[in-house]
Amino acid sequence: MTALIVRWLEAVGRGSQFAFRAVCAMFLPPYEIQETLRQLFELGCRSVPLIAVSGLAVGVVLSMHTRASLARFGAEALIPAGLAIALVRETGPLTAGLLLSGRIGAGIGAELGAMKVTEQIDALEAVAVDPFKYLVVTRVVACVIAVPLLTTIMNATGMLGGFAAETAATGMSLSAYFTKAFASIQFSDLIPATLKTMVFGFIIAVVSSYLGVNTTQGTEGVGRASTRSVVVSSILLIVANVLLVRIIFFFYPA
Amino acid sequence: MGDEAPVVELRDVTKSFGHRRVLDDLCLTVARGHSLCILGRSGTGKSVTLKHIVGLVKPDAGRVFVEGQDITSMPMAALSQVRRRIGFLFQNAALFDSISVGENVAFPLRRHTRIGDTEIRSRARDLLGQVGLGNEYDMMPADLSGGMRKRAGLARALALEPAILLADEPSAGLDPVTAAEIDALLVDLKRRSNTTMVVVTHNIPSARTIADQFVFLHEGRVLGRGSADDLDRNTSPLVKEFMRAQGAG
Repeated sequence: MTALIVRWLEAVGRGSQFAFRAVCAMFLPPYEIQETLRQLFELGCRSVPLIAVSGLAVGVVLSMHTRASLARFGAEALIPAGLAIALVRETGPLTAGLLLSGRIGAGIGAELGAMKVTEQIDALEAVAVDPFKYLVVTRVVACVIAVPLLTTIMNATGMLGGFAAETAATGMSLSAYFTKAFASIQFSDLIPATLKTMVFGFIIAVVSSYLGVNTTQGTEGVGRASTRSVVVSSILLIVANVLLVRIIFFFYPA
Repeated sequence: MGDEAPVVELRDVTKSFGHRRVLDDLCLTVARGHSLCILGRSGTGKSVTLKHIVGLVKPDAGRVFVEGQDITSMPMAALSQVRRRIGFLFQNAALFDSISVGENVAFPLRRHTRIGDTEIRSRARDLLGQVGLGNEYDMMPADLSGGMRKRAGLARALALEPAILLADEPSAGLDPVTAAEIDALLVDLKRRSNTTMVVVTHNIPSARTIADQFVFLHEGRVLGRGSADDLDRNTSPLVKEFMRAQGAG
């Protein structure tokens, strides 16, 4: 049991060191701009269909639930506002974060894991390229930029889904729906909640990169790195969310 | 063959992975323009020795010198400068599988030279042509056979015209004709560019063609060294058995 705790603490220490190194390396040259843009496309643009479709479905479901709840109190008129606040403040960022920890986390863990076991990371080093900068920092920067943008897409498609459900139920017009929805959203609802997803992006990229570049035991290890990337980054993301919500409430009390 | 100052030197290098000692007080020197072939059975530390020379593995004890510079605890920036003068062919080629074969070869040129795109592509095509892959520039590494990957790996290793070439089993997985062509390419490279080579191979006929010095490793220690004839005359049963088996093969 003690050995297990020691091993766990060692892993936490190594992971924290890796994250700190990533933060420092982000601001130090050389900047791998071309590779960062490539990662932004691979991790960001290629995630748009997943996020857009999920957002739409979440919006529809959320709208149906909100309707069921508010109808009990005769407050159906508040549905657009309720849905917008719920989506923008919490549902959108957290759902996008968890979905992306699945798509991006698994992808980075598997890709870097495969590169490790096939000596491609050694090959990069042998041609005098810093693999940490080239593989890890580029992915971290891409995720920190992409996740808030993808969250915004999820919020937008979520609102559209909510509108679709609402117009199907009541025939409400697009302008009426969005006027009511946007009237309820303030700066303090949207910006801090969206920006907190930069931390989600950082967690996803750092955790999956760390597990990827430390892969051992061949293809079995690659599978394990991929799975653990999703599990660990999802757990850390949920825990970090609690902390971040607390911080946001401190600066912008409800 | 030029001056005899060692270009590559391993001084009392010891390395363990876990409880397993892979290299045990290993000493090696290779002078400029010479070719050293490391022989030995599988798992005797041959590939690990190569990785020490390019700084991918750090010794637990001992020092590694490349062109007179101690790379054992060298900062990353300085080590990168040393690495630019070394070409490394990995055992399984280690091609970057997200880019085409041609871009793999062009990669070191794009990173470390200021040559234009057209010239880089032209050089990469030339290098691929030298290893018999002139038409495979746009193919992805996953679409190549093992032998073709190996040849592409060699082309990438030669891209920066290295002063030192480290090759881990360059002819493994190749048909005899292609293997002979690769051997001829390495011999020609040594003759033309005075490239220093350290080659790991199990193929004794190939080694006799490429190398002028031999080292036989067993459990991380040198059991025999010298010319091919010296190894043939070695009295160690392990060396004798290896040379006889390979000679018969």
